[in-house]
Amino acid sequence: MRTIGYIIQKEFKQIFRNKGMLPIIFILPILQLVVLSNAATYEVNNIKFAYIDSDHSSTSRTLIEKFDASSFFDVLAVYPSDKQATSAMLSGEVDVVIEIPNHFERDLLKEKSTTLGVRINAIDGSAAGVKGGYINEIVQDFNREVRLDYMDASRRDIKPAMIWGIPSFWYNTSLDYKTFMVPGILVLLVTMISLFLSGMNIVREKEIGTLEQLNVTPISKSQFIIGKLFPFWVIGLGLLTIGLILAKIIFNTPMLGSMFLLYVYTSVYILLILGMGLFISNYTDTQQQAMFIAWFFVVIFILMSGLFTPIESMPKWAQIITEFNPIKYFVEVVRMLLLKGSGWADILPQLLKTFACAVIMNALAVWSYKKTT
Amino acid sequence: MKRFIGFIQKEFYHIFRDTRSLFILFGMPIAQIMLFGFAITNEINNVDIAILDHAKDATTEEIINKISSSKYFSIKQMITREADIETAFQKGKIKAVLNFEKDFAKNLVVEESAKVQIITDATDPNTANAITNYITSILQNYQQSLNKDIQLDYQIIPQTRMVYNAELKSVFMFVPGVMTIILMLVSAMMTSISITREKELGTMEILLVSPLKPFQVIIGKVVPYIFLSIINAAIIVLLSIFIFKMPVEGSLFLLGAESVLFIITSLALGILISTIAKTQQSAMMISLMGLMLPVILLSGFIFPISSMPTVLQIISNIIPAKWFIIIIKGIMLKGVELTYIWKETLILIGMTVFFIVLSIKKYKIRLE
Repeated sequence: MRTIGYIIQKEFKQIFRNKGMLPIIFILPILQLVVLSNAATYEVNNIKFAYIDSDHSSTSRTLIEKFDASSFFDVLAVYPSDKQATSAMLSGEVDVVIEIPNHFERDLLKEKSTTLGVRINAIDGSAAGVKGGYINEIVQDFNREVRLDYMDASRRDIKPAMIWGIPSFWYNTSLDYKTFMVPGILVLLVTMISLFLSGMNIVREKEIGTLEQLNVTPISKSQFIIGKLFPFWVIGLGLLTIGLILAKIIFNTPMLGSMFLLYVYTSVYILLILGMGLFISNYTDTQQQAMFIAWFFVVIFILMSGLFTPIESMPKWAQIITEFNPIKYFVEVVRMLLLKGSGWADILPQLLKTFACAVIMNALAVWSYKKTT
Repeated sequence: MKRFIGFIQKEFYHIFRDTRSLFILFGMPIAQIMLFGFAITNEINNVDIAILDHAKDATTEEIINKISSSKYFSIKQMITREADIETAFQKGKIKAVLNFEKDFAKNLVVEESAKVQIITDATDPNTANAITNYITSILQNYQQSLNKDIQLDYQIIPQTRMVYNAELKSVFMFVPGVMTIILMLVSAMMTSISITREKELGTMEILLVSPLKPFQVIIGKVVPYIFLSIINAAIIVLLSIFIFKMPVEGSLFLLGAESVLFIITSLALGILISTIAKTQQSAMMISLMGLMLPVILLSGFIFPISSMPTVLQIISNIIPAKWFIIIIKGIMLKGVELTYIWKETLILIGMTVFFIVLSIKKYKIRLE
């Protein structure tokens, strides 16, 4: 036990002695949590909007006013012809162009129907769909008003049957995406710090040559590994704590469930991540290799965690891969505990899976660590 | 010059000798782009939903059939009581519940209006919003089919054209992003590590007392990585063309030139990091911790920049990846010429020059 204590002491000293690393471990993640949580939104607004008005009638002007009044659209420009509009689309100045044709008003009043050209930059397909929806809504609204103004009283009785879909957003009524993103980003940061630090740790001693010195000491394998991992485990939990406090103060993130459960889960989770880091460390010769491998897994874990894009939308085989993604479970658990107030029974499956993975990973790591070089 | 070439040769030897790193260097980007090209999508697919049907009449049945036959939703559960909605959500699998009011069909005929509540689990607001949009549009389609006999006067019919990505494929959005992220991180990481490595192992001293000028040492370190990154970029572009059927509307040459420019920007950033970091560990932490999330989140790779708060929109301007993503999308999908993207190109050049000047200023010829 005393031996472990000394190794832990040594590791802590080494971490805190390196003044260049401290801000990277503590300040950088916190800064990112505060700033980047604001970035992750799929909301579509400030749409860069322009129009071509070939009709110059009062109807066309009223229609444009509708777009101007909508909070979703920024009416940026009016173009005299299609050529300028196309060029503005190409350079990315505008993303939506509507084109009001000649005789727009006349057709609407005489033929009782007219068309409106809409062009949407669809590189971001899902945003384009939403933009199309907004435009339809505005035009429908406008249609209704026109109808009221011009229709004969006798025909006003004909009303189409309406099905009203009434949206109701539970657990997050105002659709505040920060509530959702802050815990998620915190998860990512805790994971990255723990994995990168532990992944680099032993291989660093290997590269510098100090591992040999440690190997000839009477320290046993398990003592060595526990001593190596414990400091990072503490750092990971410390980072979580700072992050949670900031989330509460700055973002007012709801914390409905039990904090104790969250810490129980996180303790097991960080153990899993540290085991992975150690395993990577054992199988590489240089820090560069260790880093590449850690990077590879982290990018996959992050992008397939369901944090930024929904897992249900992935093809079946990809969903199976996500079953092996620890970040996915952590994100689920944090969301369930903080936002939904779930209890023991609800997070038990995730906890068990994470625990099993942690045991396997650490067993592998201990087994693959050889005291000889 | 001969010495310099010799030095570059040494660097190449170093890289090729380490077959494991080399394997990682080329294998990983390929694996990643394949994985993400197929897996990442922000469309909605197969979302599990539950139904609470108070009416149980022909109309609601028809609507439920419409929803379950769409590829977006799969109905996992029929709920009978309001109280069960909560439990369904707590378990975490169900993302939405449709709550049909009593006498749905009757209301629709008599009062010409019927209500259905779309309850979503908004702990993920982005998905909740998308689900609501999809269900609403299914309802609207159904409504239109009910009303098709009624002739409405005074209609403006929008004719919407989705340009540059007519099928709304999300691959078109994500492949440029993944490519950028791989190039940026690999290039910046590689250089920053390889220079700090020499420092940490003490071989930098030997290089500094050699007759090579400091800047030659740096250039010599970077040249091999430029080659490797170009090969990486070429592989990624080929994959996106042949596997993901990304079009290259613009000139392939321009695409290549811009990629080289971006690679040089990233390498310059890597050099800058290496002048700040003393150990490989801090170099890697800066390039991984400092770059990974900002590049993923602020580059417009996944989330639209125009929807972000103004402060973040301003910050996003200093992310080189943002400009490169605009450039690639422009060339590959919109087919633009340099005349449309010269601004972005100039910004990247400016950033590169800035990184290089700053590194030269910070570069220490002597060791402490």
